[in-house]
Amino acid sequence: MSSCCQCGNVVPDPRQQQLAEVFKKYAGQKGALIPVLQGAQDIYSYLPAEVLKQIADALNLPFSKVYGVVTFYAQFHLKPRGRNIVRVCLGTACHVRGGAKIFETIRNELQIGDGETTADLRYTLESVACIGACGLAPVIMVNADTHGRLTPDKLKAILAQYE
Amino acid sequence: MSKVDKILICGGTGCISSGSGKLVNGLRAALAGAGLEIPVVLTGCHGFCEQGPLVIMEPQGVFYRRVQVEDAEEIIAKHIKGGEVVERLLYTEPTTGEAALTYKDVQFYAKQQRMVLKNCGHIDPENIQEYIAAGGYEGLAKVLKTMNGDQVVEEVKKSGLRGRGGGGFPTGIKWQSTRQAEGTKKYVVCNADEGDPGAFMDRSVLEGDPHAVIEGMLICGYAIGADEGYVYVRAEYPLAIKRLSIAIAQAEEAGYLGENIRGSGFNFRLKIKAGAGAFVCGEETALLNSIEGERGMPRPRPPFPAFKGLWQKPTTLNNVETFANVPVIFRNGADWYASLGTEKSKGTKVFALTGKVNNTGLAEVPMGITMRQIIFDIGGGIKDGKKFKAVQIGGPSGGCLPEELLDLSIDYDSLTAAGAMMGSGGLVVMDETTCMVDLARFFLNFTQKESCGKCIPCREGTKRMLEILQRITDGKGQQSDIETLERLAKVIKSTSLCGLGQTAPNPVLATLRYFRHEYVAHIEEGKCPAGVCTALLSYFIEPETCKGCGLCAKNCPVGAITGVVKEPYTIDTAKCIKCGVCITKCKFGSVQRR
Repeated sequence: MSSCCQCGNVVPDPRQQQLAEVFKKYAGQKGALIPVLQGAQDIYSYLPAEVLKQIADALNLPFSKVYGVVTFYAQFHLKPRGRNIVRVCLGTACHVRGGAKIFETIRNELQIGDGETTADLRYTLESVACIGACGLAPVIMVNADTHGRLTPDKLKAILAQYE
Repeated sequence: MSKVDKILICGGTGCISSGSGKLVNGLRAALAGAGLEIPVVLTGCHGFCEQGPLVIMEPQGVFYRRVQVEDAEEIIAKHIKGGEVVERLLYTEPTTGEAALTYKDVQFYAKQQRMVLKNCGHIDPENIQEYIAAGGYEGLAKVLKTMNGDQVVEEVKKSGLRGRGGGGFPTGIKWQSTRQAEGTKKYVVCNADEGDPGAFMDRSVLEGDPHAVIEGMLICGYAIGADEGYVYVRAEYPLAIKRLSIAIAQAEEAGYLGENIRGSGFNFRLKIKAGAGAFVCGEETALLNSIEGERGMPRPRPPFPAFKGLWQKPTTLNNVETFANVPVIFRNGADWYASLGTEKSKGTKVFALTGKVNNTGLAEVPMGITMRQIIFDIGGGIKDGKKFKAVQIGGPSGGCLPEELLDLSIDYDSLTAAGAMMGSGGLVVMDETTCMVDLARFFLNFTQKESCGKCIPCREGTKRMLEILQRITDGKGQQSDIETLERLAKVIKSTSLCGLGQTAPNPVLATLRYFRHEYVAHIEEGKCPAGVCTALLSYFIEPETCKGCGLCAKNCPVGAITGVVKEPYTIDTAKCIKCGVCITKCKFGSVQRR
């Protein structure tokens, strides 16, 4: 919470209000932890430790359990992420059609490794096992867009589209 | 040519990524501009993703592929107004070189028997009326009006339907166990956590015909006495989640979901749970834990989910394709269904045909067809005129089949006997340029990463196997490695807790069974016969064909290539990092690797 000018009033964080709505939506429901975590991550784009503590309190669960679930699933992130998530498919169909070369090229282009984020928070690079677009192999996904039938020379232009 | 009355455009994940969203808007605008009132329908997946975006001109069914928004004007001027086919947009058969005019002329579709995928690509998945018009919810109506739970179970048993998600367990017996299990609260769960790399039929069904899955789950709920169901969908399938949510809302509105469904007194509610990215959640008990908000780790069995499943209540779990088969059985009768397929494997199976094959996409065929028919008749043979080497069936849990087994009948039991498995139905075709040891390493790397860590054989065993495979592909294999791999595989298979561990060694065992010589070549001769394993390759330039253009030297990132212009160049193998840039740059094919 940050204080506003000198009047002493506290400006509420809009994200906290959104989080409270998520808690309200799932209050008292069985098996709510994962949807709540997904909701919180949609708001914050990752899961800060402070938020995890709030979730543990709200759902009346031990913090260790919340942390255990967060680290079990690939979808949850404990560190801030880039504005654009680049997912490179390394599934079987992409593997036999040169997915590894695509991954290599992007890694060199962005100068980051698997699971890492560029310093300017523009891109996060992730390898994934299959995005179910095998007919277009090799494929990558940038945010919600799928780009298929790739060759290494097409990548630079694709990445440049995402600010 | 008859007048165009409807234009279908594929709106599956594949075609959308190829630009079908833009095409729909562009075509609608262009039609409006030309003063034409022809509906443009965005359908579900046609399963021929590689050729997308796909467009079908109804009623004749003229089939255009790789259509871009720029082609809209020409389609209107030439096809709709002029009554002529736009030939350059037709599909050309890779085997004969002939153009196919309509949907039915395309060999990829002509050789299939589409039952589960019948509606996919032909109806608007976001409109329940189109599903109903295509015979949807007829099976449910018949069940609610004329049958009791026992009769429904009997009908499913008689149909011979077996689980399409991997194991092939008889669906009717599963339903019967849950029906007979004690307790008043029961659940139906649909496993849509399609995680096998190389399989995407469940995505296609959810995106193209979501009501079929809902209807199948409703019939199951009625049969086992459940009033609540969950669909557990991978979070990686946002479009499938969206279409299913719309379908659920429309089914509620139309009275197919909710209280007192169609006046029968039967109540059923359906909820979607989005997965959170863990392959092991495709395993049924891990999936249940995940719905409950726990880590997705498998539970020991027994007790089986039929007796103690979701929140310890009796639960029937089937996958998407299995549920999508159910309405077909009740619409056409179990006897009709059982007439398709082989003695022990009934009905059809959807395969996701990918890899080094000309036509990639979804192929639905009757059980008992041969691999050769799928790969060569439907798939149009191997890409770029290369030679077939093997086909991987069943994803990371399955095995590969060599050329000698191309005429094997595809059914649950023959595949298991051959060391592979039906799995979810992914078929990845490999040609002579795929190294089978590298492939085994690839799969082990996958299962090792996805092992949840609960039981030791899987957690530690897959790691040790992966280390050995890594060593072999790095050219550091030892004489004893093959034997150690086989011993480890045997132990992991027999002692792991869940299906992930029990099947993880399959790719290694299958490649050892059919391609042992490749392992031997890596270990004893230090060679990778397919030319894949970088550590075992060296690059050189053939002096006879090198024209001395210097392009390779210019592009070499480490300056390993030297020479004088117009004379053969040479590669310094000590400096070479084997990146392969020189091969791709050489215009004369002079750079070779061995």
